[in-house]
Amino acid sequence: MDLLLQQTVNAFALGGTYALLALGLAVVFSIMGLINFAHGELMTISGYTLMYCGIAGISFLLAVPVAIAVAMIAAVLMERIAFRPVRNSSAATMLVTSFAVSMILQVLFQNFISTRSQPVILPQVLSDSITLGGLVIGLNKIAAIVATVVMLVFLDIFMKRQKTGIAMRAAAEDFNVARLMGIRANTVIAGAFALSGMLAGVAAVLWVSQRSSVDPHMGFLPVVKAFIAAILGGLGSLRGAVAGGFLLGFIEIYLAAFLPPEMQEFREPIGLSIVVVVLLFRPNGLIPAASLKSEKV
Amino acid sequence: MTSLLSVQSLAVRYGPIEAVRGIDFDIKEGEIVAFLGANGAGKSSTLNALVGLVPVASGTVTFEGQAITDWPPEMLAPAGMTLSPEGRRVFGALSVAENLAMGAYAIKNKNAIEAAWERVYSLFPILYERRDQYAGTLSGGQQQMLAVGRALMSGPKLLLLDEPSLGLAPKIIGQVFDLISLLRDQGVTLAVVEQNVAMALEVADRGYVFASGEIVASGPASELAHSDALKSAYLGGE
Ligand SMILES: Nc1ncnc2c1ncn2[C@@H]1O[C@H](COP(=O)(O)OP(=O)(O)OP(=O)(O)O)[C@@H](O)[C@H]1O
Ligand SMILES: [Mg+2]
Repeated sequence: MDLLLQQTVNAFALGGTYALLALGLAVVFSIMGLINFAHGELMTISGYTLMYCGIAGISFLLAVPVAIAVAMIAAVLMERIAFRPVRNSSAATMLVTSFAVSMILQVLFQNFISTRSQPVILPQVLSDSITLGGLVIGLNKIAAIVATVVMLVFLDIFMKRQKTGIAMRAAAEDFNVARLMGIRANTVIAGAFALSGMLAGVAAVLWVSQRSSVDPHMGFLPVVKAFIAAILGGLGSLRGAVAGGFLLGFIEIYLAAFLPPEMQEFREPIGLSIVVVVLLFRPNGLIPAASLKSEKV
Repeated sequence: MTSLLSVQSLAVRYGPIEAVRGIDFDIKEGEIVAFLGANGAGKSSTLNALVGLVPVASGTVTFEGQAITDWPPEMLAPAGMTLSPEGRRVFGALSVAENLAMGAYAIKNKNAIEAAWERVYSLFPILYERRDQYAGTLSGGQQQMLAVGRALMSGPKLLLLDEPSLGLAPKIIGQVFDLISLLRDQGVTLAVVEQNVAMALEVADRGYVFASGEIVASGPASELAHSDALKSAYLGGE
């Protein structure tokens, strides 16, 4: 029972990080149909910012907002420089562009920073843990869960109460009609990238907090997971991305904890099989995007 | 009366398909103009080109004396012209009130926005009752009211309606045409694409008949109603 509770906390922490990343992918995809594989490099940029802040002696509390802001700026620049020229191209062209951006950034990290993993200085408290009714919980896990909840609440309020947020939902459902209302394409797309950068930045802080290091390929694996989570939840659906992220986190953690030792090497394929089975029953994901339901002429 | 909108040699192409082949027409202030013609005649392509949803291949569009030919869609609502597109296309995952708020997105003046809310809610009390409901859960007729209401929120001088009666029950269709007359009385100029030819010509002042991307007949609504060109546009239309 204790083990189950313990692993549930871990699942929420990991699932929350996946949810934030999947949300970042979904916000952009829902508006412009782009699957941004360079989303992972936004994480990496944020990770390096934390590293340099640590080297410069800037306190972690200040480094976190700086790292998030840098990821947001990088995301907006990425859209300006790389994605705006291909905005009206096919989904395949945009996808290939995002791969190219991802690879170029990885090469830049390798050449200008280091090919090897670099340590990131973290505050001691993150490696502490507290005992809660017999459970030993790492503070970094608690921080991850709290940060996820704060981000989800913030995003929910933004999307429901802010005019720009509502416009982004409208544009996600029917971009052309949204433009007819006077909603500028550049505004909602830049807004979507800024949000996705913010989400990638927060996810990066959480990711680095569990590992204390950053390397040029840091963003690759989590973004692949986030992509799976986004599809699991329903590509382009924000609620779906959150649901998919948590479900994937739960699948991974529970399999790692409860699969018999002799089957552990099949953990990843078993996890993916569960995802495929879910998709067989719900081909459009757990919570399909609104744009799939609305009729388009 | 002065021309609010005037269109010269407008052409629209989709790759090799010539959907609209160099048409001319104009819409005067205070008029209701009906655009008629069989399926695929190019009516929607024409309206969509006016608001920049599809590119203009050639020709010019002038609105209030200003050349707006290549303006992107987001510039037209602030300029005073908007389209309620074919198939309604309300934002189903947004509430009724959010849909209307988006209609007023381009307006900066607080008083104008306030007036727009009052106007739309008094035209469509049902939208006020259902303001917190997802638009996707409204009935077809209610969605049509929402689509028109959303377009009205920007306070257009010229309102383009693409098949507002599409898919509605006969009783509701009557209400749609009553609404069109009422809006004209409130000072809105309207261009309406309609499959309901008889009812459209009843409320319209003038009409244009489309066939295969060209305008094959035009004139006062009362005359068009009996014209052979209109009959053949529907019977022989490709
Ligand atoms: N996006 C598009 N891509 C390619 N061809 C198109 C597109 N939209 C319309 N067409 C073609 O252009 C022609 C005119 O279509 P349009 O929709 O303007 O006709 P319409 O008069 O509005 O017809 P309906 O009464 O059926 O709405 C048709 O042959 C149609 O197949
Ligand atoms: Mg049409």
